[in-house]
Amino acid sequence: MSVQATSSSPSERIATLEMRGIVKRFPGVTALKGVDFDVHAGEIHALLGENGAGKSTLMKILYGLYQQSEGQVLINGAPVHIGSPHESTKRGIGMIHQHFMLVPSLTVAENVALGMPSGRGGVLDLKKISEDISQLSQKYNLRIYPERPVWQLSVGEQQRVEIIRALYRGAALLILDEPTAVLTPQESDDLFIVLKQMAAEGHSIIFISHKLHEVLAISDRITVLRDGARVNTIPAAGATRLTLAEMMVGRPVVLEYELPPPVRGEARLTVQGVSALSERGDMGLKEVSFTLYGGEIVGVAGVSGNGQHELAEVVAGMRPLAGGTIHVGDQPAGGKSPAALRQLGVSYIPEERMIDGVVKNFTVAENFVLKDQSDPPYALGRFFLRPRKIAEACRQIIHDYEVKTPGTDTPIKNLSGGNIQKVVLARELAQQPTLLIAAQPTRGVDIGATEYIHHRLLEERAKGTAILLISEDLDEVMALSDRIIVMYEGRAVGEVLRRDYDVRTIGAMMAGAGRGD
Amino acid sequence: MNIFETIGSIVTASVFASTLRLATPYLFAAIGETFAQRSGLLNLGVDGIMLMGAFTGFYAVYATGSLLLGVLTALVVGGLMGLAIAFISVTLRAKQGISGIGLYLFGLGLSELLFQRLIGTPKSIERFPDIYIPVLSDIEFLGIGQIFFRQNLLVYIAFASVPIAAYVLRRTSYGLKIRAVGQNPAAADAMDVNVARIRYSTQIFGGMMAGLAGASLSVALLGVFQQNLTGGLGFIAVALVYFGRWRPVGVMIGALLFSFVNALQLQVGALGFDVPPEFSTMAPYVITIIALAFAGRQTEKPTALTVPFQRGE
Repeated sequence: MSVQATSSSPSERIATLEMRGIVKRFPGVTALKGVDFDVHAGEIHALLGENGAGKSTLMKILYGLYQQSEGQVLINGAPVHIGSPHESTKRGIGMIHQHFMLVPSLTVAENVALGMPSGRGGVLDLKKISEDISQLSQKYNLRIYPERPVWQLSVGEQQRVEIIRALYRGAALLILDEPTAVLTPQESDDLFIVLKQMAAEGHSIIFISHKLHEVLAISDRITVLRDGARVNTIPAAGATRLTLAEMMVGRPVVLEYELPPPVRGEARLTVQGVSALSERGDMGLKEVSFTLYGGEIVGVAGVSGNGQHELAEVVAGMRPLAGGTIHVGDQPAGGKSPAALRQLGVSYIPEERMIDGVVKNFTVAENFVLKDQSDPPYALGRFFLRPRKIAEACRQIIHDYEVKTPGTDTPIKNLSGGNIQKVVLARELAQQPTLLIAAQPTRGVDIGATEYIHHRLLEERAKGTAILLISEDLDEVMALSDRIIVMYEGRAVGEVLRRDYDVRTIGAMMAGAGRGD
Repeated sequence: MNIFETIGSIVTASVFASTLRLATPYLFAAIGETFAQRSGLLNLGVDGIMLMGAFTGFYAVYATGSLLLGVLTALVVGGLMGLAIAFISVTLRAKQGISGIGLYLFGLGLSELLFQRLIGTPKSIERFPDIYIPVLSDIEFLGIGQIFFRQNLLVYIAFASVPIAAYVLRRTSYGLKIRAVGQNPAAADAMDVNVARIRYSTQIFGGMMAGLAGASLSVALLGVFQQNLTGGLGFIAVALVYFGRWRPVGVMIGALLFSFVNALQLQVGALGFDVPPEFSTMAPYVITIIALAFAGRQTEKPTALTVPFQRGE
């Protein structure tokens, strides 16, 4: 049944899809305030917006994971009710989730077979499914081996499995939720070629993203959402990154920063042949060496899982050192605890802010003093807390950092990602660090807060702080860093100076294409 | 008597025959628990279900004289207790370790209460007779006939259930759903698999198998019921699932290993050697701990074991 659906024309199944006046109310919030959206066969339509703008909610309604409070969905002009993913799949709507919906221990073919009627009776016909997968993979040039277990596949390969599975299920319309977040620039380009081919064959494609240049590169039309409402729908031709960013944020924004030439201070961090184990138990970080000087930002780029995470943690004292030496200033710092490192002037913005950055059930004020709680002026004799002093200091940073919070005693988990990150940043910068390790400082943070955090980092640079910026967002690394160290399979495979920045060469190094210059 | 003669007098064909017999309750309970665990449910109450299956099966045979009715009763009671623990684990999303212990204590207490009220003093019943498979049971070579082909019906069924269970898990779409639900329920849900329904089904099946395991003790193996008849055997069955790395064949190997030690213990006792029985009783547990400690990469391990599923979390 499914394979027949695949061979019937997608443009006949969904010629047009329209969402009219969609309203979605959650208890206490209206997430969507009457959004109109439409897509037609052969079109790539990008959905752009900040976190919390309502992109995902809108698409979850379309995919049947949520029910709209008001409004209509029409396919080919006829109103339809989509009550579950089962119904949307039946109508030819497929979705590639941001976190892949694959079962690691199962093979590619088994993942595709899951939930599909198969073979004779209840017995799986994996051979047939493998053949169908091979056909689809040839047709769309999506190289994949049906017999391999998914846990052995790279992230890019897993995404191909997701796309093939959607096609196998007869998807005429494909929703992709931030599909390039985990890909190298080259893999993204490959994906775009596939998507364009699918569109040319009459598929409709909805592409959710917040990366402006990608949206411009791939889509025919762009719809921008802000605060649950549609700002506008415009053709991609003629739009620019700046106009799109302004539509998203609602005010003019700065996307590129002027970096004055670095005033290089003394060596603040010297890493020599450092290795560390990863969570998987293998050597995730292999003999990395570099020196970081005061007054410069060194970016670490790489695809997720190539050792950056281990590097950040080992330097921050959060992960045991398996080999090599680390010096902060001229003090040996390898294997020291985070508290000892703090005495040496090291501050750390952790990657997982809800796990390593804050205690989510603590208040804003408690989180703010988390490292200084037993020091004056917040404590009396290292034992008694002084709540009024704490609240006072916290109110000051709420003001200085423009943190949006109802008060100092609000549990921090009730704040948005951007505001939580501002509290973490405020706490870490209050230490007056000489070395700042910033791991994914703007992940899941809205553009406004991102801009603010970037400015703060640049201010620290101007003050002479040495900053190690670890980020999977290549645009961010390129915008802020004086030089970039590229990591691949746990090794530092190259270093690029600011004047030589080029997405292609850095991307190739991220994909393991050997040492750059 | 030299050492080889000693071993020869202990490890006889009858030891191997009783190894298979003693493996039966382990097999039923552990195969059922394998299905539950592969779908992400840990049921520590297996022993409690076994006790209830053992008692109700025994009582049905005692009251009616029908072995078939005894087995059916144990299956129904086990299935109902499986349904109860499924409701607690899946629908109420309770902590599975704790609720399983609760179910065990419930089964332990209720089976004893019913025994006291309905029977009172230990009675014996007509057990499942041994079935001699024609021709095969006459094989003298290495005692094969005696070991494999002169067993009761439940022994044959228990061993037949191993390849069937492996096939269902590996080759059917139901098995695929079980594995997916135990590994990544969110993915299974997105692919239109009803997570709750699969988990209910495996847990009810697990309960029925535990009930059957109990009946195989009381109705087939021993022909009696007494307080705490299982003596913690159901907990070993849960450990066997880990030991067997969630594979039916692995579970069978573990069950045979345990029951072999049990059989040896009986034989050594019968021959009058002066070995404290506690040693051989402890041996299986020690083996389990060692096996678990050295477990390497477990590709079949259900990563969502004991984690309740709720869409959108």
